[in-house]
Amino acid sequence: MAQDDPQLYEFLLRQGDNSLVLGHRTSEWCGHAPALEEDIALANTALDLIGQTQLWLAYAADVEGHGRSNNDLAYLRDVYDFRNVLMVEVPNEDFGRTMVRQFLFDAFQVPWLTALQSSSDQRVADIAHKSLKEALYHLERSTDTVVALGDGTELSNRRMQAALNYLWPYTGELFGQDDTDKAMQERGVAPLPASLRESWNATVVNTLAAATLKTPDDPFAHSGGRNGVRHTEHLGHMLATMQVLQRSYPGAQW
Amino acid sequence: MSAAQPTVKQIWQWLEQIPDPEIPVISIVDLGVVRDVCLQGNNVNVVITPTYSGCPAMREIAESITTELTDHGIEHFNLETRIAPAWTTDWMSDEGRTKLEAYGIATPQANGGPKHCPQCKSTTVEKISQFGSTPCKAQWRCLDCLEPFEYFKCI
Repeated sequence: MAQDDPQLYEFLLRQGDNSLVLGHRTSEWCGHAPALEEDIALANTALDLIGQTQLWLAYAADVEGHGRSNNDLAYLRDVYDFRNVLMVEVPNEDFGRTMVRQFLFDAFQVPWLTALQSSSDQRVADIAHKSLKEALYHLERSTDTVVALGDGTELSNRRMQAALNYLWPYTGELFGQDDTDKAMQERGVAPLPASLRESWNATVVNTLAAATLKTPDDPFAHSGGRNGVRHTEHLGHMLATMQVLQRSYPGAQW
Repeated sequence: MSAAQPTVKQIWQWLEQIPDPEIPVISIVDLGVVRDVCLQGNNVNVVITPTYSGCPAMREIAESITTELTDHGIEHFNLETRIAPAWTTDWMSDEGRTKLEAYGIATPQANGGPKHCPQCKSTTVEKISQFGSTPCKAQWRCLDCLEPFEYFKCI
């Protein structure tokens, strides 16, 4: 087991934090969704994402080698230690934005996890294989929902388009590239995220067309989440809720 | 003084008595959650795998196994969770499938939807929602007898 591998650690945090933050955001719908079936679906999606988080952060904690657990990484780090993309931390706003975000994320996760299945790192490949089964199922549902609401009523179309326009500048960060990405590529752990852009674009453009939504063409991309330089103001509020137990009663155990 | 050393076969038989916490009509062995049982000296090693990565039943399954082994006088055992190869519905036993169907849960099918309504056997069915009461199930409805039912997702 690598004890001193900050780049692999960074890579694993990015995987775990994306699923943790999106999983928590999605879980905020529990008991509030517009229909019982949607409530159950959102809670189950959140559960899958938290489950994937446990696998990624357990590996990250092992690589870090400081005796911390996946729970420690989830509950005892603060905003600037998180390595998720900004898109997953912005507030849910409404059901439309929640589902558009889920779709944009799933459309990336499916080719990404597919590629990670052939990682030179066996544990990464195993986690990817397990998670991909769930991501495929999520993509099927988020695609159907985006099409149904985009190509729905005038109101649902307007809200989906507004959600898409809001989220679009956050999608570019999915394809970011820095020293960690290059190191992972050189070691065969993961491809460069940018290499998946074409596949992601194809999925997104086709689905948005079926949903009668206009694909934004603004190339501006927010960044700063996956490298921890600058998160949005929203993550701190989310963590304050998610981590409240450990903040109030440090070391508390279930 | 511990009981006589059990055989691997006996241990499997004990584990077959443990119901799945969320679908108690089938056992954790029928479900394919128990992947391996082996003896190393006087230590029993049991390997389990989650159906879904976030399956909330894993802790209870581990506790049930601990209780079962302890009740049979096993003092030295180890529970190992393994995620690879990833769980698939192909590992569900034929007996498990029969029990599920009799209980009213449609069994997983490769085409992604139920073969028929578990109540009236009609093939005219429709999906209500991709998710159900547990991560492993979806909700469907029979258009003939009008009964809603759960379908065990095929993964």
